[in-house]
Amino acid sequence: MGTREYIRERFFPHLWCPGCGHGIVLNGLLHAVENIGLKKNDIVMVSGIGCSARISGYLDFHTLHTIHGRALAFATGVKMSRPELTLLVPMGDGDALSIGGNHFIHACRRNIDITAIVMNNRVYGMTGGQYSPLSGYGTYATTAPYMNIDPDFDVVAVAKAAGATFVARSTTYHIKQLTDVLEAAILHKGFSVVEIMSQCPTYFGRKNKGGSASDMMEVFRTRTTPIASKEKAEDPSLIERGVFEDREAPEYCEEYHHIIERATKGR
Amino acid sequence: MGGQVKFIQGNEACVEGALYAGLGFFAGYPITPSTEIAELLSARLPQKRGIFMQMEDEIASICAIIGASLTGSKSMTATSGPGFSLMQEALGFAVMAEIPCVIVDVQRGGPSTGLATKLSQGDVNQARWGTHGDHAIVALTASNHQDVFSITVDAFNFAETYRTPVILLFDEVLGHMRERLEIPQPGELPLVERLKTALPEGVDYHPYLPREDGRLPMSDFGGVHRYNVTGLFHDMWGFPSENPSIVYGLMRHLTDKIEHHVDDLTRYKEYYADDAETLLISYGSSARSALHVVMNRRQRGERLGLLELQTLWPFPSELVREKAKNARYVVVVEMNMGQVLQSVKSAVDRPDKVSLANQVDGTLITPTTILNILRIIQGRGV
Repeated sequence: MGTREYIRERFFPHLWCPGCGHGIVLNGLLHAVENIGLKKNDIVMVSGIGCSARISGYLDFHTLHTIHGRALAFATGVKMSRPELTLLVPMGDGDALSIGGNHFIHACRRNIDITAIVMNNRVYGMTGGQYSPLSGYGTYATTAPYMNIDPDFDVVAVAKAAGATFVARSTTYHIKQLTDVLEAAILHKGFSVVEIMSQCPTYFGRKNKGGSASDMMEVFRTRTTPIASKEKAEDPSLIERGVFEDREAPEYCEEYHHIIERATKGR
Repeated sequence: MGGQVKFIQGNEACVEGALYAGLGFFAGYPITPSTEIAELLSARLPQKRGIFMQMEDEIASICAIIGASLTGSKSMTATSGPGFSLMQEALGFAVMAEIPCVIVDVQRGGPSTGLATKLSQGDVNQARWGTHGDHAIVALTASNHQDVFSITVDAFNFAETYRTPVILLFDEVLGHMRERLEIPQPGELPLVERLKTALPEGVDYHPYLPREDGRLPMSDFGGVHRYNVTGLFHDMWGFPSENPSIVYGLMRHLTDKIEHHVDDLTRYKEYYADDAETLLISYGSSARSALHVVMNRRQRGERLGLLELQTLWPFPSELVREKAKNARYVVVVEMNMGQVLQSVKSAVDRPDKVSLANQVDGTLITPTTILNILRIIQGRGV
């Protein structure tokens, strides 16, 4: 089965801008799904609102395109009812960590077996280029014409602190690594978070003199480095890529099954 | 009848009704005066191999039940006014995507934090118009625990029949008061199970193509039919569309599937309504006081009657018009500033004969208060 089998061709062309990184994420994700050999009937993709969220409509899985920020809450209901299904939740940076921040940290904390994919382009693209909590101090946006004074935070650090048992980061430049970490995340038993740095040349790039899509991807190449590399030691401002957390902990659906056993004992 | 008899709170009667109806998934967040529903279900649902979840907030709770419903589970959440406010956006999603679910709002005083432990009936219009955009909605209520039980079963049945969220509007007095409940035997009350598509794998299934009778057979997530569910206007595949004819067609469908079935969706009770010179119209716990007045004054030969509404939305306008047609005075008894009053005025032949007997201080309106207001309305002094 080729990755084309996973696509709803009738709904193409997609709405992403030329140069958008989200198509690369889609490509990597489908290769990860293919490598694992998942059946389409066994995959539920739940998304929220934003450019990233539209990924669900294009894929021939059970797809649920919900409301802004709440994808993980919907996904939790699906997963708890049908734990045998594979839950994939692609989200944008604003979707996952601004309006959806509360659901994000609590899904991490529960360690429910869902794969959260944060497609981080550091901007609200669908609404036309406003700053997100991941844009960072000193950037520019349509709502920060003089300069953004909102500090950002680190998705990986937040996910780890909140209890996610698998946490990784890659970029759209590193398509092989991106595919590998998504594959590992999907196979991981527990809540997994994969941050993928993705380029938005239309808004973030234009507002921040980022240049073309390939210029922005070149920055992903030069300004990131494998975890604990020699380069990181020499230049602490580099952003690390790789798997930051991969540990075993009780998974929520399995824990709930034990609750059912307790409740039904002797009945 | 002849089932198990319990002496319990209204919140527990709701739980019993939900379990009788086949509840499989509950998600909620603690809030007075609804919390007992979550507490009881945290014990009862796992015993039936059902799912109970305490979520991080009310928004997550309603989202989780919508997700669970898509897998085929009968799903419910319970809250009170502030939590119900938080649920409004997702409630609209369930309307738009046509996902069956039940939302219980045990009303307390509002606005804002209001009166956390006291009653009101102030969420009637929030239930109707709380979520944005044009839409139809089903909201039900009851005034005693036997009816709380059966209307809860009705709520699940309507949710499945019409593929819609259904709101149960109880209130603090009803939720916390204890009285007798006789749990019907299995099979005594009809249960509606989900209509599922009979199409085999490989045949193109259109999740949003209504049958001739307007109903849409569903397919569980995880089953053989894969489709898209979205809160955007969508075509018969569930794929987003801005095509004006598709948008208009869906808007009509969402409205008509409820508004064209008002008779089926209407639940009510009446007491001496036919020859009433003064007709009281009430619902929920205030209907208990209204009923007391009616029974008491009837013994003294006064032509007083009561129409107790159990379906508040869609509003049973024709029923109200018919029952009120011979009455000289129509008095709406409710514990808000007149939320059902407006619908009654719109429904009857002469709006000027409709008055309000209300109380909004967090305490239950008493029969004496109702009677005093009646005397003023009837021009007989207190």
